[in-house]
Amino acid sequence: MATPGGTPAAAGDNLKRLTDLYRTMVRIRTFEETALEAYKAGEIPGPLHVSFGQEAIPAGVCASLRHDDRLTSNHRGHGHALAKGADAATMYLELYGREGGYCNGKGGSMHIADFSVGMLGANGVVAGGLPIAVGAAQGLKLLKSDAIVVCMFGDGATNRGPFLEALNWAAIYSLPVLFVCEDNGVAAHTETRTVTAGEGPAARANAIGVPAVSIDGNDPLTVEETAARLIGEVRGGGGPRMIHARTYRWSGHTATDAAAWRDPKQVEAAKTRCPIARLKAVLIERGLAPAMLDEIANAARTEMLAGRAAANAAPWPSLASAFDDVQDAGAVHG
Amino acid sequence: MAETTLVEAGRLAVLQEMRRDPTVWVLGEDVGRGGLWGQYRGMLEEFGATRIVSTPIAESTIMGAGLGAALVGTRPIIEMRMFDFVMCAMDELVNQIAKVRYMFGGQAKPAVVVRMPHGMWRNSAAQHSQMLEAWFAHLPGVVVVAPSNAEDEAGLLVSAIRSDDPVLFFDPKDLWTAPGQIADGEIAPIPFGKARHARQGDALTIVTWSAIVPNVLTAADQLASEGIKADVFDLRTIWPWDQDAVAASLKRTGRLLVVHEAVEVGGFGAEIIAAMIDRLGPSAIKVAKRLGAPRIPVPFAPPLEDEVRISPAKVVAAAKAALK
Repeated sequence: MATPGGTPAAAGDNLKRLTDLYRTMVRIRTFEETALEAYKAGEIPGPLHVSFGQEAIPAGVCASLRHDDRLTSNHRGHGHALAKGADAATMYLELYGREGGYCNGKGGSMHIADFSVGMLGANGVVAGGLPIAVGAAQGLKLLKSDAIVVCMFGDGATNRGPFLEALNWAAIYSLPVLFVCEDNGVAAHTETRTVTAGEGPAARANAIGVPAVSIDGNDPLTVEETAARLIGEVRGGGGPRMIHARTYRWSGHTATDAAAWRDPKQVEAAKTRCPIARLKAVLIERGLAPAMLDEIANAARTEMLAGRAAANAAPWPSLASAFDDVQDAGAVHG
Repeated sequence: MAETTLVEAGRLAVLQEMRRDPTVWVLGEDVGRGGLWGQYRGMLEEFGATRIVSTPIAESTIMGAGLGAALVGTRPIIEMRMFDFVMCAMDELVNQIAKVRYMFGGQAKPAVVVRMPHGMWRNSAAQHSQMLEAWFAHLPGVVVVAPSNAEDEAGLLVSAIRSDDPVLFFDPKDLWTAPGQIADGEIAPIPFGKARHARQGDALTIVTWSAIVPNVLTAADQLASEGIKADVFDLRTIWPWDQDAVAASLKRTGRLLVVHEAVEVGGFGAEIIAAMIDRLGPSAIKVAKRLGAPRIPVPFAPPLEDEVRISPAKVVAAAKAALK
């Protein structure tokens, strides 16, 4: 049987698993919708990079991860953090720069980290997470752990040197890393194809010696199924793998970027491939009650609105805390 | 005390710490072959290729992988081969290693040692001779260590490896083979921020560090033979640095000379002088002078390179000028 997403149904037979996948995607979407509303209301300072349309990738990949698996992320990382298990309310506190946020107001949206769930941090530098990911995998191997590392990055990162270095590194040491290239087609404000030679990310990875597959990153079942298979291979000692997941970023680069250079028809067409709508259709076809889907959406909205309200009411960090967590030796004090 | 060289003292320190702590490991180019300078000689045989990891020439990932491995609880020694190559890994060092603990609200523990043999290396020209330690003193989040002798190399390396801070360790590569001594038995850690009081005197205070220290001490001994006794401090670590020791000396002498091999303009000497003026007040300081390299890249030809080097004669001249 083929689903409306065109995916063989083998991985999708477990309705509970698919429902969880759907819930994660809806929570990511709702988290960012709510954050964007708060941003536009002037509640959130600084840059905010949202990932509308890309939710299937973190949700599908993280569905097969263990709690002790690690993940490195990039500047567009809210979905990565949520899918890895970070708490939305604590993330909002950080987006607002308030006391009790994941980084106690030191990081903001671009630097969400939750080491307690293996989320080793978002990163403000494109390709910044790649060397860190392979090192984390090397460290885990040294410690004889069987945890693995997932490294999330965008298409823009594949034109930076660390992409070559880190993939080569993972291959030569046969490290347990799943690289995930979220290819939304745009590097900041430039269409990646206009600045990129060759056949693309998967071809580059394969040439380096990291087996890679290109998939429709807007098809949650395909993402989930591919990730489950490759994570199994990586955890089984097969060395690194890469998923090249094609997707589309509905929004601009940041919350203030309208991406007016784009043809609106292109964006509208992308929205017809909405990963959430696609999985919703599958779930309905498989007999999940529509009321259940509404309940998931309502619960997400309630959760995110509560998180927003709590963050907006939370106090700023103490001014003295600006001097905390710099270093032990040679620390300065205010 | 046992006779040794600076490079061997450092090797023994790493050996001791790797035997003590199985989470300590080394990554860098050619380390399986003992490292470019022999700092890791024989270690592959003892610890195997998972702890003595010879890497590709890929500085970004040598640095970044070291950080990643620290974030999961190991203690990597990141070997940069030569300081100059760290420029290829500046994102990983400056944007990542120095920031993660702070930026993630204290969740991250970037316990790495970055070894960067720096300074002059005879006739190696501008890309193999630099001393830019002042850049890193300017960088919040890191400890900056720059020893000048075998005993300090060993003791400071032990501290660096045990430290939870990222430690930038500037080995003085011109002094690798300089003879020295280390104590018998276990190498004790030397705390960061404590200067070595290398010569005692009341005529003036001389502050220095790293590869230039032997020349400064030669100069101090010559000055002493002429009846001018300088109070000489080898800082050993420039962040944190021993402000208390320098200030106490300066209160007595009132005259300060900072000598560094790095370019004088914008060097750490300027920071030392400014900090002392802030702390003691301008009236407590009769003279404050710097002696560093001219603001030119290090040239290749021997006579040109000598123009950049800080000879004992230049130090003697600068000290005498400071006494006028």
